[in-house]
Amino acid sequence: MSAPAPLLALEHVHVGFATDEGVVSAVSDVSLAVNAGEIFGLVGESGCGKTTLAMAAMGLLPHSASVHGAVRFEGRDLVGLPEEDLRRLRGDRISMVFQDPMTSLDPAFPIGDQVAETIRAHRDVDKQQARARALELLAGVGIPEPERRYGDAPHRLSGGMRQRVVIATALANEPALLLADEPTTALDVTIQSQVLDLLRDLRARLRTTIVLITHDLGVIAQICDRVGVMYAGQLVEVAPVADIFRAPRHPYTQALLAALPSQQQEPGTLRVIPGRVPNLVTPPPGCRFAGRCPSVMDVCTTVPPLAHETDAHLIACWLSEATKRAGAPAGAAAGGAA
Amino acid sequence: MSLAVAVAAPPRRSIWRRGILSSRKGRIGFGILVGLLAVAVFAPLIAPHDPNAIDASRILAPPDLTHPFGSDALGRDVLSRVIYAYRVSLGVAVGSTLLAFLVGVPLGLYAGYHGGWVDTAIMRPIDMVLALPAMLLAVALIAVLGPGTNISAIAIAIIYMPILARVVRSSTLVVASQTYIEAARARGTSHRRIIASHVFPNAVGPAIVQATVLMGFALQIEAALSFLGLGAQPPTPSLGSMLADGRDVLTQAPWVEIFPGVAIAITVLAFNFFGDGLRLRLDPRGVAS
Repeated sequence: MSAPAPLLALEHVHVGFATDEGVVSAVSDVSLAVNAGEIFGLVGESGCGKTTLAMAAMGLLPHSASVHGAVRFEGRDLVGLPEEDLRRLRGDRISMVFQDPMTSLDPAFPIGDQVAETIRAHRDVDKQQARARALELLAGVGIPEPERRYGDAPHRLSGGMRQRVVIATALANEPALLLADEPTTALDVTIQSQVLDLLRDLRARLRTTIVLITHDLGVIAQICDRVGVMYAGQLVEVAPVADIFRAPRHPYTQALLAALPSQQQEPGTLRVIPGRVPNLVTPPPGCRFAGRCPSVMDVCTTVPPLAHETDAHLIACWLSEATKRAGAPAGAAAGGAA
Repeated sequence: MSLAVAVAAPPRRSIWRRGILSSRKGRIGFGILVGLLAVAVFAPLIAPHDPNAIDASRILAPPDLTHPFGSDALGRDVLSRVIYAYRVSLGVAVGSTLLAFLVGVPLGLYAGYHGGWVDTAIMRPIDMVLALPAMLLAVALIAVLGPGTNISAIAIAIIYMPILARVVRSSTLVVASQTYIEAARARGTSHRRIIASHVFPNAVGPAIVQATVLMGFALQIEAALSFLGLGAQPPTPSLGSMLADGRDVLTQAPWVEIFPGVAIAITVLAFNFFGDGLRLRLDPRGVAS
């Protein structure tokens, strides 16, 4: 309760995309607080709104997107902030690492210059100073012989090395918050663990807060302090990482964990969650997992509020006493009408 | 060995050198163009006679050792006139295309990058220009602005600008949707800088190829305009006006017509070869074939 104000606080964030078929509700009423210094994992399957949420925090969503709610970063609401103010934050206080290092570096631009460019976009330094700092950063993320590598085009580097360059770029101005969107998905397992080690090391050295977006529960287990689980645009559960794996509470989280292949399992069989993700142009009222949930009830047509089951464990499911206490039955009609 | 070279992507910065040297067509085109450019630049040193000196004793004289291309209806040396005509024709071809490039490429970049109403505001007027037949537009512009080489260069630039803007816009659309552009934005890079240092270098390739080929056509348009008396004005020799002169005496003295005609053909061919050579390097589909 008396904890310091969170570094990043999402308050009732909704994101809709205008399409030909109608408005896709990509993120629905997500509230979330990320504390300074932690590594927060955001997990969910493809298309569940993880990346959209990160892009909303960066102010990088396309014009077709409409954002409601508040994205508070260091106390300031970023939604509706003028483009120039957002530009000053991006790459300076908030940085982003993209999924595929093969495509997130400009092929026609020397790697060192991409790092230096980030510095010069925010700091009043000359070319030489920016270069010197970029070399330091490249060395800091483990690029061997940065002097020699500085002028290389991205295609001359391996995938792991490129992701290091991307991370060096993201860290150029020592941001308070690093949004890492599937930073290891495009990499093979050895490189993946190197990159995760690097992120952990950076957090220890620079106290950077990291939001790690992934669909890989293994990555979450390796590196995160807390986890938020998203399903079809809704945040369904938030808990310390140990709790999520030991005692998942939301039926979706339970199903997700049960679907992880284990060694006891019969070879050639994979457990799956029956059913499919709802169409987000016309999402079901209430809980969006209801259609696939084994314990679905009548009340599930009302949106379950995310509520504290314990101090650290939040859940949005009518099975939980906390949700029942938080969700006043009188508010039931409001969700369906919109 | 040559296969390995083709598979390995070349470093971006040496693309011009490689683009020229890597294909035979490109080399031939480049070689001819450099030669022609030298002819145009050093015309006063190379030309054996004064291109405008009238010699009544040599009217329609056939080619001989002192006048290898013969003489025209006023007794002027055809070789010297062809050499000087290159100045005008290459000047107009290169100048007009450069002008079109300098105006069209930024417009295309801007329209493609920003999209939305910016795109519409820039591209709709451009499409309107594009819808008109090129030659008709040039003649109409000259009717308004008056004949002359500079005017025909501007007219050709106005015809070409929309073509280059369109080409750049479409390659910009592809580049602008790449993750590295989004990543540049996520680094806080300004739009202006993103366009200049990330979009432009990645999107300009097709426009350069197009511009090279257009230079060849520009030479033809200039020739056509001069042929119609709308371009270079007498006595300034231009390849087109020389064709017009030669037409009247085609049966008696074909050399007056043939040599400027061949000169046009060689130049256009050289531009096309050069463009093809560049395409091999700049367009990935070209590499595959």
